[in-house]
Amino acid sequence: MSNAKELRASGATPLVEMKDISISFGGIKAVDHVSVDLYPGEVVGLLGHNGAGKSTLIKILSGAYQMDTGEIRVNGNKVEITNPRDARAHNIETIYQTLALADNLDAASNLFLGRELTTPFGLVDDSAMEAECRKIMHRLNPNFQKFSEPVSALSGGQRQSVAIARAVYFNAKILIMDEPTAALGPHETQMVAELIQQLKAQGIGIFLIDHDVNAVMELCDRASVMKNGQLVGTVDIDDVTDDDLLSMIILGKRPGVAAA
Amino acid sequence: MSTQQSYEAAAAGSPQETAEFDQGHQSFIQKFQHLLHVTPSLVPLIVLVLSVIVFGLLLGSKFFSPFALTLILQQVGIVGIVACAQSLVILTAGIDLSVGAIMVLSSVVMGQFTFRYGLPPEIAVVCGLICGTFCGFINGWLVARMKLPPFIVTLGMWQIVLATNFLYSANETIRSQTIAAEAPLLQLFGEKIKLGGAVFTYGVIFMVLLVILLAYVLRHTAWGRHVYAVGDDPDAAELSGVKVNRVLISVYMLSGLICAFAGWAMIGRIGSVSPTSGQLANIESITAVVIGGISLFGGRGSILGTFFGALIVGVFTLGLRLLGADAQWTYLLIGLLIIAAVAVDQWIRKVSV
Ligand SMILES: Nc1ncnc2c1ncn2[C@@H]1O[C@H](COP(=O)(O)OP(=O)(O)OP(=O)(O)O)[C@@H](O)[C@H]1O
Ligand SMILES: [Mg+2]
Repeated sequence: MSNAKELRASGATPLVEMKDISISFGGIKAVDHVSVDLYPGEVVGLLGHNGAGKSTLIKILSGAYQMDTGEIRVNGNKVEITNPRDARAHNIETIYQTLALADNLDAASNLFLGRELTTPFGLVDDSAMEAECRKIMHRLNPNFQKFSEPVSALSGGQRQSVAIARAVYFNAKILIMDEPTAALGPHETQMVAELIQQLKAQGIGIFLIDHDVNAVMELCDRASVMKNGQLVGTVDIDDVTDDDLLSMIILGKRPGVAAA
Repeated sequence: MSTQQSYEAAAAGSPQETAEFDQGHQSFIQKFQHLLHVTPSLVPLIVLVLSVIVFGLLLGSKFFSPFALTLILQQVGIVGIVACAQSLVILTAGIDLSVGAIMVLSSVVMGQFTFRYGLPPEIAVVCGLICGTFCGFINGWLVARMKLPPFIVTLGMWQIVLATNFLYSANETIRSQTIAAEAPLLQLFGEKIKLGGAVFTYGVIFMVLLVILLAYVLRHTAWGRHVYAVGDDPDAAELSGVKVNRVLISVYMLSGLICAFAGWAMIGRIGSVSPTSGQLANIESITAVVIGGISLFGGRGSILGTFFGALIVGVFTLGLRLLGADAQWTYLLIGLLIIAAVAVDQWIRKVSV
């Protein structure tokens, strides 16, 4: 379908390469020698059962966890990502599965948490932050009105929109979305799908974790399937059916047809 | 930028008809609950105003005079300052049991450095302030870097600092007259300004300015916002890019510094430098914070609330004494207030979560 595919074929440098990544917690190998990559303008789906290691893998990229072994390259250069601020310095933004919102702060404070807009005197500029927050929320969730309430007072879907707003506001080059539509209604889910298409057209690379195989078939260029911390395989969406993906998830084996 | 603009174009045609239908039918109770959630100092302010009115009615001008009302301020001055330090720590979902000990050690350092080593009082005061800040740094480092629970860390530091205080001072009190004659700077916060019957000590003025300053900084700086975020959910704060460890260490250091100022103010209040003074500052500061509506779970509350909390304790103490009641009534009522305050906090926490 895409430019991304041509880019990949032409041997261009990937936006992100995660090579041979491993991490264990106690005795559990949560991620076991997994390699994935991502090209500009590409959406790569990460699929797998609960506990397969998807979130853990992308949390290594977003700086939340430190990998035990492996290597991360951004635009071909090896990078050290030891905390979430490092990831952001490489224009990697993340929508966490847990959303990572501070419940007692309002939407605007959460949007800018850690990157507050300030006045020339170094004080936080609440009105500027709220104005920006209103703008972005209007695009993502036009019904959103609760700007002055702590986010604990928001519905699951509203909270999710705030988390999405935070990831897209700061001009990411690499976007990680860990089940971004889990709490959204059909209308908002459709908005996020449109958003993904838009961002893709801008040349942004997206890792999308989603349990909905149909959504992955619709939105992604490639899909990487994980099981028990290991990579089952990465396939081109054009080469597989949703049944193929399902059997990869369930059986942990690549289907014969997807030899490409 | 281009990203957002083109997305805006894409989303511009979206339907908006379902906007805002969930706002209308909130009950009065829910609105009140929400108001308290947004303005946590409201409850202590109401309690404070009511208690002043009640004691004013019962006691008349004996209580409701500039002199008596400013006396309350003087009596809560030290606790008020320490409670500011305690508030910062509790906002990060911690607790500082070493505040009283740090306060006393700092005051002892100020006194001993002046009289034992003959340093100019200005230098001795600075050394005392550094001492308090350093104790706070140790607390913060152990909490942030070693991930030890604040309760345990500061319980240990309480003992360590207090023992250091007694060992270092050799249990020796520096008398008020000596200080007044040779190093009056140490008693600076005891200086008084009289306006009619009202008496304001420098210590009281310092407390009020400190409350205003901290309220402002917490509300209007990124650091202040991070303090709340860390208390709310340290993991979320870290993932959002907040330097959680740095915020925690800075909070405990600032707490130590404020306690050292409290130590200086205490010399002004009692005149002498005594290693046995200020033993109740821990409990009294936590009481003020809790009555002031700051959540022990962190991330919610305001320093103004703490100020009102300290004043409530002062009003009850003086009011009941003027009524001739047994002092135990004060403790009994304060105990009730503490439990009521925590119950209210739990109720506010339920706000549409
Ligand atoms: N911080 C942690 N400490 C210990 N174990 C962890 C931690 N984080 C993840 N794990 C373990 O690592 C494994 C992978 O978890 P992960 O959250 O990555 O799964 P997932 O694929 O995202 O699943 P889901 O679809 O449910 O979100 C699980 O066995 C989990 O229990
Ligand atoms: Mg997950």
